[in-house]
Amino acid sequence: MLGPSLLPLLVALPVAGAIVALFFRVNARNAEAWLAATCSLVALALILGLYPQVSHGAVVRFAIDWMPALGLSFSLRMDGFAWMFSLLIAGIGFLVVLYARYYMSARDPLPRFFALFLAFMACMLGVVLAGNLIQFVMFWELTSLFSFLLIGYWHHNPAARQGARMALIVTSAGGLALFAGVLLLGRIVGSYDLDVVLDSGGLIRSSPLYVPAMMLIVVGALTKSAQFPFHFWLPHAMAAPTPVSAYLHSAAMVKLGVFLLARLWPALAGTDAWMATVGLAGLVTFVLGAFIAIFQQDLKGLLAYSTISHLGLITVLLGLNSPLAAVAAIFHMLNHATFKASLFMAAGIIEHETGARDIRRLSGLFNYMPITATAAIVAASAMAGVPLLNGFLSKEMFFAEALGVSGPLPFLDRALPWVAIGAGAFGVAYSLRFIIGAFFGPPPVGLPRTPHEPPRWMRFPIELLVLTCFVVGVVPNLTVRPLLDTAVRAVLGAATPPFELALWHGFNIPLAMSAGALAGGILLYRLLRGRLASGVDRVPLLPPVDGRIVFERSIDAARRGAPRLERWLGTRRLQPQLRWIVGVAIVAAAVPVLRHGWSPGTADAPVDAAGYDWLFALTWLIGGACALAAAIEAKFHRLAAVMLAGGAGLVTCITFVWFSAPDLALTQLLVEVVTTVLLLLGLRWLPKRVPFVPTWAGALAALPRRALDFALAAAVGGGLAALAYAAMTRPLADSISRFFVARAYSEGGGTNVVNVILVDFRGFDTLGEITVLAVAGVALYSLLRRFRPVPESATPPPQQRIHTPADAANDLRVPGVIMRLMFPVTALLALYLLMRGHNLPGGGFVAGLSLAIGFIVQYMAGGTRWLEARLDVRPIRWMAFGLLLAAATGAGAWLFAHPFLTSHVLHLRLPWLGELELASAFLFDVGIFALVLGATLLMLIALAHQSLRGDRQQRSL
Amino acid sequence: MYELVLALAIGVLAACGTWLLLRPRSFQVVMGLSLLSYAVNLFIFCMGGLRSHAAPIVPAGPPPDPSLLADPLPQALVLTAIVISFAMTALLLVVLLAARGLAGTDHVDGREDER
Repeated sequence: MLGPSLLPLLVALPVAGAIVALFFRVNARNAEAWLAATCSLVALALILGLYPQVSHGAVVRFAIDWMPALGLSFSLRMDGFAWMFSLLIAGIGFLVVLYARYYMSARDPLPRFFALFLAFMACMLGVVLAGNLIQFVMFWELTSLFSFLLIGYWHHNPAARQGARMALIVTSAGGLALFAGVLLLGRIVGSYDLDVVLDSGGLIRSSPLYVPAMMLIVVGALTKSAQFPFHFWLPHAMAAPTPVSAYLHSAAMVKLGVFLLARLWPALAGTDAWMATVGLAGLVTFVLGAFIAIFQQDLKGLLAYSTISHLGLITVLLGLNSPLAAVAAIFHMLNHATFKASLFMAAGIIEHETGARDIRRLSGLFNYMPITATAAIVAASAMAGVPLLNGFLSKEMFFAEALGVSGPLPFLDRALPWVAIGAGAFGVAYSLRFIIGAFFGPPPVGLPRTPHEPPRWMRFPIELLVLTCFVVGVVPNLTVRPLLDTAVRAVLGAATPPFELALWHGFNIPLAMSAGALAGGILLYRLLRGRLASGVDRVPLLPPVDGRIVFERSIDAARRGAPRLERWLGTRRLQPQLRWIVGVAIVAAAVPVLRHGWSPGTADAPVDAAGYDWLFALTWLIGGACALAAAIEAKFHRLAAVMLAGGAGLVTCITFVWFSAPDLALTQLLVEVVTTVLLLLGLRWLPKRVPFVPTWAGALAALPRRALDFALAAAVGGGLAALAYAAMTRPLADSISRFFVARAYSEGGGTNVVNVILVDFRGFDTLGEITVLAVAGVALYSLLRRFRPVPESATPPPQQRIHTPADAANDLRVPGVIMRLMFPVTALLALYLLMRGHNLPGGGFVAGLSLAIGFIVQYMAGGTRWLEARLDVRPIRWMAFGLLLAAATGAGAWLFAHPFLTSHVLHLRLPWLGELELASAFLFDVGIFALVLGATLLMLIALAHQSLRGDRQQRSL
Repeated sequence: MYELVLALAIGVLAACGTWLLLRPRSFQVVMGLSLLSYAVNLFIFCMGGLRSHAAPIVPAGPPPDPSLLADPLPQALVLTAIVISFAMTALLLVVLLAARGLAGTDHVDGREDER
């Protein structure tokens, strides 16, 4: 069967259309309209073609894996209800496209309009066809986004921008609530699949999470359908072009809220909590919206409030917990879409042909545009619930339902029929206002344009929709019945009640209520006519506070509050941030210790050098003293601090030697040398010491800060010491080290296990680490290219004036020669360390650092200019070569169909050298060597060059 | 005894490093990071246990009993950490120098305290 594969096509078609639409000329009105109309017509044809498959309660499904690990699939499903909505979306979409062709001016940027319109249509289809709830929410949020762009289409108009922003904030906040609710729902059911959720109504309603999940979902639905208390955004969205209002704000987007409520009706409805939230919100909106609509002066404003009211009616019906009421709700969704879309289009025609849409300025248009006026009058009568039209049928069903409600509040049950009559009367009154205000009375004066009938095809959508209203109203069973049956059965399933659609049920109470509402509405309009004609733009009886003001106040408060909150919670100062980081780290480490307790281990660790522990203690006495002294002198005497820290580093190095880590000791020693050189180069650019005058007041002021820092430092030190001691006095856990030791020679081809781990077993980590090294080197180099020293540091320091470079060269005459002679020796040592690294202590890191030190020594001996005139040092080339070699060695394994960085050992028998084992990992190590050499040199030389630059600036002054 | 000494040494280095890290002058922060990296490197290293005369060099041939050798894994981890900490010290130093060039002060916030 072709059905399932048509569903993705249905969503993809408008998306493709939207993309194509973007490429047309700005004023290609006809081409754009043809494209959009074709897209929606094809979609409509597909939907109609699917009807036989859904008409008997079957469901068409399409699914592909999306995130199978999470049990999520991208699934589309079409049942009768989704089919009915798809029909509305594509059908009314087509009519609106036709209308928009004439409504939009050729000066408007049309590619944007039609692209957004088609994209919006795709999202709408995505929502109604969504087969799982996550996907539902995603498309839902996309419709909010596109509605924002469409409402704000005329972005030069501030009202449009404001209305668009308000709609976006309200609906997407509701979307977030919906998302949270859907996640809760998925948690209750254990699946996000719509079919599973709909089948688990009992489980959901008995869950303790039911009320929060239901409330969150209802909030999402209420915001989208502009229900009280979130209704205020819809009237402001009327700044949109009228085709947008006709589509989004009558047929499509605002219907999504009630679509959701109906969709999840079998899963969520049936409880008092549902009735209290959905029913009450709907009732308030129904009455309030109708009342406010009477007093609107703007045609579109009147229609907006009437939309709010009608959506309220649908919400009430869904909130009554009665299957028959749900039938009425679904029927009214269909009816409202037809008459309201045509009314919006009629309002747009009036605005288009007269240049005004304020009811106070319009009058007597019937004589100028009789056909449009007739159509609008019929549609408005359907809105008022006049017999022979579709609005009458669903309103009668509502009146019948209002009589038989039994909710938790008996008082409300009894009041509901009267409230229904009252709101019905309001509806009649505002419909009359629309008809009489625009089309009757004396001829209009002072309009920007002389009104006349619109073009033939601009009127066509209205005529078609009005005809539908009429035909459905007269012969419902022949027209809408099968469609409604299909939709209702898809929602209610086995609970579908028998219902009848008929124009005439005989003389009964609902008919009397209808008559009452009609009479009441006419009376109300006559009573209010004087007040309405006076042109006062205010709604009586209601307090002047509404959701809009609350909304704007809270947005303002957020805008003002955010900087205040930032000032209070945030800081740009480094020290408090670091204090927090250290503090949180201490707490995080302390929590497990506090929970499980701390105790020293008892195992005697296998240290074989017993008897010399006093010597070790003495060494660390020196090391600890160096560290403490460095901590103190870092403020007062930087050079001393550098040397003292070097002392602590040397003791660390000795510790590595002591406990069988020759590779670490070598590396530490060499890094110690380059770090010291680096810091010495940096000292030149730091400010002079401020003469320190200790005062009691200063010490006292700094005391709390210092005490806190001291406490933090003591906690870190004490904690780390305690942790280290506890770990060292326990037997070792069995770790992966066994594997490394056992396989180092047999599989890595080397006897130095540390080196084999670095270049072979964990070669990918090492590749990452040398990349970090390269990045750090390049970052440092680029920072220094733009380096501008402060003026006081730009001149050579006083020491250089007393002791000139010439003096320094003189001092170094003898040592300099020795240093130069040492260069080849250093290079040879580096080569030796590199070659033996795989089997004995050494390797690329150590060799690279050694050769770098060899270069640095040459810089010291001859000075930067002397050396660079004779030796071409190109650190960046070394780095590039190293990184490329390492990566290429890794990639070489691909040639032999092995994974990246697989190593291979080659056994060679060479004359003189004897048996040689050459591992491919050796090449990798050469890469490390070159990169470490290049990066270290780059950092040191770049810093050293700053002095030259400073001198140059000095000379040029 | 060895364990106690080394644990105390790590504690002293870490405390000095943390103290300096929280100071206001940029050079103090650089020194603090340097001391802190000694402490952390030693801490990671000692997680493999302390052994003398047992460098992780295996003979060419059948593998020996791993429990007779020092643990090579923390050593491999620390080796690259030493080199990287040098690069980080260098980068931080240059950032602080550049900040001083821009702000005219060696305070870590780029401006002196209001105090």
